[in-house]
Amino acid sequence: MPNIKELNDLTTQVRRDIIRMVHKVNSGHPGGSLGCAEFFVSLYNELLETKEGFDMDGIGEDLFFLSNGHISPVYYSVLARAGYFPIEELNTFRLINSRLQGHPTTHEGLPGIRIASGSLGQGMSVAIGAAQAKKLNNDDHLVYSLHGDGELQEGQNWEAIMYASAKKVDNLISTVDLNKQQIDGSTDDVLPMGSIRAKFEAFGWTVLDIEEGNNVEAVIKGMKEAKSLTGKGKPVCVLLHTVMGNGIDFMMHTHAWHGKAPNDEQLEKGLAQNPETLGDY
Amino acid sequence: MKTYTYTEKKDTRSGFGAGLAELGRTNPNVVALCADLIGSLKMDEFIKENPERFFQIGIAEANMMGIAAGLTIGGKIPFTGTFANFSTGRVYDQIRQSIAYSGKNVKVCASHAGITLGEDGATHQILEDIGLMKMLPGMVVINPCDYNQTKAATLAIADYDGPVYLRFGRPAVPVFTPADQKFEIGKAVKFTEGTDVTIVATGHLVWEALEASKALNEAGISAEVINIHTIKPLDDKAILDSVAKTGCIVTAEEHNYMGGLGESVARVLAEHNPTPQEFVATKDTFGESGTPAQLMEKYGLNSEAIQNAVKKVLKRK
Repeated sequence: MPNIKELNDLTTQVRRDIIRMVHKVNSGHPGGSLGCAEFFVSLYNELLETKEGFDMDGIGEDLFFLSNGHISPVYYSVLARAGYFPIEELNTFRLINSRLQGHPTTHEGLPGIRIASGSLGQGMSVAIGAAQAKKLNNDDHLVYSLHGDGELQEGQNWEAIMYASAKKVDNLISTVDLNKQQIDGSTDDVLPMGSIRAKFEAFGWTVLDIEEGNNVEAVIKGMKEAKSLTGKGKPVCVLLHTVMGNGIDFMMHTHAWHGKAPNDEQLEKGLAQNPETLGDY
Repeated sequence: MKTYTYTEKKDTRSGFGAGLAELGRTNPNVVALCADLIGSLKMDEFIKENPERFFQIGIAEANMMGIAAGLTIGGKIPFTGTFANFSTGRVYDQIRQSIAYSGKNVKVCASHAGITLGEDGATHQILEDIGLMKMLPGMVVINPCDYNQTKAATLAIADYDGPVYLRFGRPAVPVFTPADQKFEIGKAVKFTEGTDVTIVATGHLVWEALEASKALNEAGISAEVINIHTIKPLDDKAILDSVAKTGCIVTAEEHNYMGGLGESVARVLAEHNPTPQEFVATKDTFGESGTPAQLMEKYGLNSEAIQNAVKKVLKRK
C-alpha cells in the first residue's frame, strides 16, 4: 500500500520546487506543472517499474515520455527527488551551461530524459516507437506518455493515435492532461475539440477517466486500472482531469499562469500555501 | 587520363534496397519503416525476409520520424523510407527535435531526390533537401552517385552511430563504381587526376562530370574529378589539395545552388583559399514535369553545362 501522506508531502515539496524554479529565472511554465504534480509523483514513486541507474535503451524497465515538454519544472523536480540527479541541480533551471534546459533534452545528458520535447505533438509517436521496440525485444514492460489537451490540436497526434490502435500497440498508456486551458485561453475558446474520449474511442483506444487528477490516491488507483487494461490488443488512453495551477489559489482555474513566473510577493504567498515538507533544494 | 565506362544502368534506389536487404541478413538491430512507398523505395526484399522488423506506417511521415526515434530507445537502428520531399521538408521539425537534437541513431533514407524524379513535377522534386539536412547540427548528409555506391553507403551508415540523411534517386543511371568498394563516410573519391580545373560533383552529376572531363580532355583541358558523396562532414582537405594544384573549381549537384554542395565548398574555400568557383546547380527555382534527360538539359545539370562552367571558371583564374 502506498503511503499517501508521504506522497502528499512530496507533492507539496514539488509544488514549492516548481514555483521557486520559475521565480528564480523569471521564466518557465508553472500552471501545467502544478496541475500534473500528483501525476508525476504517483508515476515515479508508485507506478513505474525502473532499474537502478539510468541508460538510454531502458530495456527491462518501464519508460516515460513527456510530450508537452514545457512542464519541465515538475518533471525535473520529481526526477531529482526520485534520485536521477542531485536535487541541488534544480538551482540551475534555465541558466546558462545547465543540464536543466527550458524544455527537456537529451543533449546535455540529464539522467531520466530519453527524448527532447517542447515542439508539441511529437511525443506519442516516440512512445509508440519505444513500445514497438519493447515488443521486438520481448520486453514486457510498459511505455507511458503524457500530453497536454491543447497539444492534441497538433495533427501528428492523430497520425499516432490512428497507428497505435491499428498496430495493436497495447503496451502503451498515453495520458492526456485535461486541464482545459492553453496559452491563449480555455481550449473551448481557442479551438473546441469536442469529446476527446469519443475521439480516442473512435480511433480504437481503450479510454478511462481519472476524475480527480489532483488526488494522489485517485491517480494511483486510476493508473493501476489503466495498467490492468494493457496487453489486450488496444492502446490505453487516460483522461486525467486536473486543475491548472493546482495548490496555489491565485494560479488555479486560469490559463494566465501557463507561462508566467510569480513575482517575489506571489512567490511568498504560494510558498505559504505549501509549507516545506522534505526540505527545499 | 583515366576514363570510366559502364555496362549497365540501374537506379540508385535499387542500390539502397539491395543494401537494406543485406543489412536484414547481417544486422539484427536494423529495422525499416515506410510511409506507403515500399515499391518505390525497393524495400520489398527486406520486408519479405524480415516481416517482423518492418513497420508500415501509412501516409504519415511525421509519425514515421517519431516512431523511428522511439525505436532507437531499445537499441534498434531504424531506416525510414519515403521520397526526399516527404523525408525532409514535410517533417523538418520532427527530424530536428526528435532525431537530430535528441541524437537518435535514425537513418533517413530518401528516394526520388532532385529534378530527375521527372514527370510528377515540382511538388515532388525537392531541390532544397541537402540544405535543410546539412543545417541540422550533427546530421550526416550523403548523396551517392550510382547503384554500387548507394548500396555501399547503405551498409556503411548502419555501422555509424548517429543520425544520417541518405539521398538517392529514381532514374536508371550508369553503374561505374566497383561493386566491392569500401564506403568511407566523409571521404572524397578522386576519379581523375587533372591540373587545370577541379570538378567536384555529387549524386547523379558525378557521371556527367566524368563525361565532361572526357570532352574537356579532348579539347586540351585537364580536369580533376572528385566525387563528394558525403556533403557533411565535408572532406575539406581533398578540395583544398586539389584547388591548390588547379586554381579553380566547378561544383555540380542536382540541387538548388543555395544550400547545396556548392555552398559548402565555397565556405571552405572562403575560409582557407579563396578560389574562383562556378556552380552547376538549379538557380533558385522549382522544377517542372518532363523526362529526366529533358529536365537535366533545361536546368543546366548535364555534361554540357559542366563543360561550359569549366570554360567560364578558367577565364577567372
